Amino acid sequence: MQAFAQLLDDLYFTNSTRSKERILATYLKKTPDPDRGWAVAAVAGTLNFDLFKRNLSRNLILDRMDEELFALSYDYVGELSETIALTWPVSADPVRINQLPSLTETIDEFKSRGKEGIRQYLVQLLDNMTPPQRWALLKLGTRGLRIGMSARSVKRTIANMKGVALEEIEELWHGLEPPYENLFAWIENNGEKPDVSQHISYLPVMLAHPLDEEKDLERITPQTHFVEWKWDGIRFQIASNGTEKKIFSRTGDDISHSFPDLVAAVDFNAVLDGELLVRPGGEIGSFNDLQQRLNKKKPSAALMAEKPAHFRAYDLLRLEEDNLRTLPLTQRRVALEKFHRGLDPDRFSLSEHLSFSSTDELLEMREKAAGSNGLLEGLMIKDKSSIYVAGRPKHAWYKWKCDPYLIDAVLMYAQRGHGKRSSFYSDYTFGLWNPDGQLLPIGKAYFGFTDAELKQLDTWIRGHKLQRFGPVQEVEKHLVFEVAFDSAHQSKRHKSGFALRFPRINRIRWDKPASQANYLEDLAKLAST
Amino acid sequence: MATGVTSGRNSVEDWINIRPEGLYCLPADTYIDPHKSVERAIITHGHADHARPGHGEIIATPETLAIMRTRYPDDSPKKVTGLSYKDPINLPGNVRLWLAPAGHILGSAQVVLEHCGKRIVISGDYKRHADPTCVPFEVVQCDVFVTEATFALPVFSHPPLENEIAKIIRSIDAFPEQTHLVGVYALGKCQRVMSALRSAGYDEPFFLHGALIKITELYESYGYEFGSWIPVGDLKGKEREALRGKVVLCPPGSLADRWSRTLPDPIPAMASGWMQIRARARQRRAEMALIISDHADWADLITTCEETGAEEIWITHGRVDALQYELNKRGISAKALDLVGREEEAE
Repeated sequence: MQAFAQLLDDLYFTNSTRSKERILATYLKKTPDPDRGWAVAAVAGTLNFDLFKRNLSRNLILDRMDEELFALSYDYVGELSETIALTWPVSADPVRINQLPSLTETIDEFKSRGKEGIRQYLVQLLDNMTPPQRWALLKLGTRGLRIGMSARSVKRTIANMKGVALEEIEELWHGLEPPYENLFAWIENNGEKPDVSQHISYLPVMLAHPLDEEKDLERITPQTHFVEWKWDGIRFQIASNGTEKKIFSRTGDDISHSFPDLVAAVDFNAVLDGELLVRPGGEIGSFNDLQQRLNKKKPSAALMAEKPAHFRAYDLLRLEEDNLRTLPLTQRRVALEKFHRGLDPDRFSLSEHLSFSSTDELLEMREKAAGSNGLLEGLMIKDKSSIYVAGRPKHAWYKWKCDPYLIDAVLMYAQRGHGKRSSFYSDYTFGLWNPDGQLLPIGKAYFGFTDAELKQLDTWIRGHKLQRFGPVQEVEKHLVFEVAFDSAHQSKRHKSGFALRFPRINRIRWDKPASQANYLEDLAKLAST
Repeated sequence: MATGVTSGRNSVEDWINIRPEGLYCLPADTYIDPHKSVERAIITHGHADHARPGHGEIIATPETLAIMRTRYPDDSPKKVTGLSYKDPINLPGNVRLWLAPAGHILGSAQVVLEHCGKRIVISGDYKRHADPTCVPFEVVQCDVFVTEATFALPVFSHPPLENEIAKIIRSIDAFPEQTHLVGVYALGKCQRVMSALRSAGYDEPFFLHGALIKITELYESYGYEFGSWIPVGDLKGKEREALRGKVVLCPPGSLADRWSRTLPDPIPAMASGWMQIRARARQRRAEMALIISDHADWADLITTCEETGAEEIWITHGRVDALQYELNKRGISAKALDLVGREEEAE
């Protein structure tokens, strides 16, 4: 537990992803099995059991501490585990232990005990721990770790230790189980690569390059390329081996729990690549509709009825035992069309191929997408001969997005960034005028400018400070940004009533007076409801 | 009770008032740590929220007076009185004044006032933890004890200084290619951290931000030694590469600001009692949270209040509710003064 608690503390306080990965790698190299595997599970969020109930620690502390003082403390700290870790009054006659048990011993001990035994063991450990160690134990025990390290980052750490591509680990990942001894044996050349063929696992996705109109457009012909709409949804993978079924995000996270309605409709043995959409009332909904389903760990039945999940299939990667990824796209498409006929049409649909005879017609279709209120982001253009490979192979697939909308907005607030940008004001909130001559915020952006521009902006902000609200610095309302965005939606998040999809700073209009920036009503015309 | 003088029917409240300017001793016409300029002031210690410029007459320890001269070179009080610890003087109105060490920073004092057989101790800011850069706190028996409550919650239990200093040493071993940038307040914290690092065997020169230099020199003039140190400003351009694996000290505001951009690969650390709370450390962007406080923690606040034997505790600022509640529970009467003008953050 000692080394594990130290690891969590180090990860917690480190800001940069790269440093976190270095810290984790160092720990994994010097920690024996199976401790390091349990640590990986704790950090990556793959533990599937609680060591004790969240209520237990709260009840224990209230048994031994003044309720009023605990309430004042909790109110001040704002986080239960940390409050308990800091205030824990050691028992009057504590059972002293010479050395804290290892992470594995701790887990095994909790798992082997009954309710009363768990209680006693937790008290004994808390009595013998420092506050950071208590915090680590309480976070581990109820799987509430929030140390700012993603599962993907853990996988990348492991990939770097082995010197393989991230995709190789991603493909293994869902076939592995804590404490990952077979994985570490392979990493340290003491064993074979783990065989995950009996498990369903995530197949790393193939991605598209942005189309370079000058160079790439001439390559595209109806004979060589398929063209499809680029939907504004979430890229998904559905994998099933007939018994197990899972939905993976583009980064390989298992997010099945958020979409039980879709999982229930899976009755095949295959892996599909496609886009997650929602279909309120039988019509494909906007990204705004979809957003209400995202990040809901347990969606309510009402929400699922109102915004049913729908899957638009792009590709078929595996069918029963056959790996189709090595076949050209034309053959995969034939297989997909045939396969699709057997699926529930309410839940699954095929991404249609758009017919075209010239690049002019492609341009027209792209215009049409631009008028779709953000439902369609543009076109996907795929080489018919392309095999399915992870990553972004050149000239295989193109995405040709609609030109973004542009609006002139006024900088209102700035915040300092993280990591390399930690001393720079690099996050900008901007707004539009209302008829009363008031600026109301519509969004926030932190990219779209060069490093040199960042420095200029930082200097400008430091010279035009107004009030400060915690980390947020208000500035004088003088500077205009030309903001690019993919679509606008009505939203309660901002006071203005609008939110932008994918906003970025297109240009800094040093020359333009703030009074000539756009009005909210200009945005209202572009917004979908 | 403990003053040894017959206790009359008088109450301390009759001659010590709360005024908009601060705590006021009526018969002596004197304020203690007023936050506005007044005719006569007793100053407990040199931190800016206690020691302000513009008073007509100042009474404080010689060290505190020196700190004030350094910080406010243009201030010109009509009269200053340097008072060593436990060296009583008489103020007008039959008030006896003496100072006792508070263990907070160089020159920090508790103000002891005696009048009509009653004694009040105004402790200013104080701590009971070890500090090699000032005289340790001494308990003074009294009728009324005035205490701060900055860290008055059970969550605040300051770890031993050595533990926190070891974090820096360990990090330098692990990341010798990075600059170890420690955010410290110029007065007190900076010198305490340097001194403790020396005790832990750190023998490289320290590199100091310009804002820390004058006060450090002042400490040296009182005989405190920090070994060799170099102003960061003396290193130009490429020379700053030499800071990798070294300890650089700066004021907290410079940790993640323009100044720190010129340092090679800094790890920002912050030394403060607030670092006990994770979210506070994250707000500060500290990647190393050093729980080093110059204030008393929860246990020490309570112990101190009890040890003074005071019948009544007056609480100036901080987590007043919790301390008042706990003292009442222990049968000690306690009340909140709600003094304005105290800065919580500067710790």
